[in-house]
Amino acid sequence: MSSPADFDTEKMSLSMGPSHPSTHGVLRLQMELDGEIVTKADPIVGHLHRGDEKIAENMTYNQFVPYTDRLDYIAPLANNMAYVIAVEKLCKLEMPPRCQAIRVLTAELARISSHLLGIGALAIDVGAWTVFLYTFTEREKLYRLFEELTGARFTTSYTRIGGLMRDVPGGWIERVGAFCDQFLPILEESLDLITRNKIFTDRTQGIGVITREDAIAYGLTGPNLRASGVPLDLRKDKPYSGYEKYEFDIPVGTVGDSYDRYLIRAEEIRQSVRIVRQIVSNFPGGAWYAEDARRIFAPRKDKILTSMEELIQNFMLVTEGPQVPAGEVYFEAENPKGALGFFIVSKGGGVPWRLKIRAPSFCNLSILPKVCVGAMVSDVVAILGSLDFVMGECDR
Amino acid sequence: MSATEATTVLKTRFPGAIDRASADHPAVALPAADIPAALKCLRDEFAFDMLSDLTAIDWSQAASPRFTVVYHLLSTTTHDYIRVTADCPSDAEPSVPSVTSLWPGANWHEREVFDMFGIGFAGHPDLRRILMWDGYPHFPLRKEFPLAGIDAPLSDAAVAAETNVNLIPAPMAGGPFVASAGEMNLGAAEPEAKDESWNEGKPKPE
Repeated sequence: MSSPADFDTEKMSLSMGPSHPSTHGVLRLQMELDGEIVTKADPIVGHLHRGDEKIAENMTYNQFVPYTDRLDYIAPLANNMAYVIAVEKLCKLEMPPRCQAIRVLTAELARISSHLLGIGALAIDVGAWTVFLYTFTEREKLYRLFEELTGARFTTSYTRIGGLMRDVPGGWIERVGAFCDQFLPILEESLDLITRNKIFTDRTQGIGVITREDAIAYGLTGPNLRASGVPLDLRKDKPYSGYEKYEFDIPVGTVGDSYDRYLIRAEEIRQSVRIVRQIVSNFPGGAWYAEDARRIFAPRKDKILTSMEELIQNFMLVTEGPQVPAGEVYFEAENPKGALGFFIVSKGGGVPWRLKIRAPSFCNLSILPKVCVGAMVSDVVAILGSLDFVMGECDR
Repeated sequence: MSATEATTVLKTRFPGAIDRASADHPAVALPAADIPAALKCLRDEFAFDMLSDLTAIDWSQAASPRFTVVYHLLSTTTHDYIRVTADCPSDAEPSVPSVTSLWPGANWHEREVFDMFGIGFAGHPDLRRILMWDGYPHFPLRKEFPLAGIDAPLSDAAVAAETNVNLIPAPMAGGPFVASAGEMNLGAAEPEAKDESWNEGKPKPE
């Protein structure tokens, strides 16, 4: 029998990812371990870097909308909306109520879809397979609705500067309402599988605690910030696209651990359903694009084919891009992952001079070196799952 | 206190501070050396407690000052934004003081700006590339960097020497958005996923 002093106590280095099922994409964690305790963690990001900001400087404003799909590809509709609102702020454009309502509706459906994946993936990371299967079934129903609305399940590219790609198809709003009715019982049933599950609570409670001060200092946003007790939600505090018209509550955590982050997401799904139902029951009529936005939003197709003025306008819009005045604007939207910000520097014309994407996942991951230290390797999985990041957005 | 009052106080306290044109939030431009003190004042006295974003702008090779660093602060209590900017004093070796001591979250933002623009941050604890790999020779968001990119060795020299792999970038025919004019030889233009020098008919060369 050897005494503890004889053991080799050398630290071990462990590289987790970039192809690891719980690093949710291509995050790589370079860790230093003392036994099974993490003593140092260095996240290595950038494996999915595509240079979106460089690309944006080389194309017109509308051409960049499809690239926003590929940021947080779990919630492309919310990204589409955040981007066009930033450009519209620069143009000083106000959207009519129907356009705002459709945007909010799609963004909230995207939030439901994103949080369903976040919860399902966290559950699967800590060993609860079943929840994932239920939430993915519901996401599939949402994807059918997205496909009907935009023509694509994933890469929706639904918004345009000054409006939308098209109006909602007939009967779609009713189908969204029907989805909500059947969805809520299933949601509660699937959450019941883990909320009071002993294994799940043991794996997540007290794990990855982020204090209120740290959350603010590292620039955390979204559910991760609110789980740490900061009631900041840009939908309430800086309302955009008519969010002030809807009633909803902001859940706030008390401990800031992985379990709190799970609870916040669960409650946000319920609140999103509340917002969706308010829109469905009171869906505004009227125009779904800014009618006064000449040189910015494309004219109607039937007019393009019959009227010279509209034909020229359409030609100029396609070749030169929407004409955006010079200026600097920064807009953050409350996306499922946190505050997605766009900083746009325009010198006038159809192409931005500089477009910076403030990616919530990038900021949320920057706290990993702090929060992983002292955790067990198996806890790192629960921390990563509860932070709910997307590398497409982090790496841009 | 509102963000507009904060800019007024900053202008009285820092002689070099001037208003900056903005389409939305109050904005103030400061000399680079005043940035840490000014941001500390905004954080502690005006409750701008969150560094939302930190980035830079390249105004083109012809412009001087060429680089501007931009900070966006958000107050989690009053929910106001404020934009603070600083021009880099040197165009050839741009650098501003780091604010990592005020917000640890600035660490990654400053690494990204260094990675993309080559702007240094004096006092940063660990200023290395973050999105591109260590040893990458260019700064991609500078205006002289072409959209199609510049061929660079795809891994660092130590890995290349050890694995003996010579990586060849995929053919881009002039750039990601450039269609090749003239004759269209799709076979040669497309990256080939499979080595066609051997198949069922021809044996694999030794």
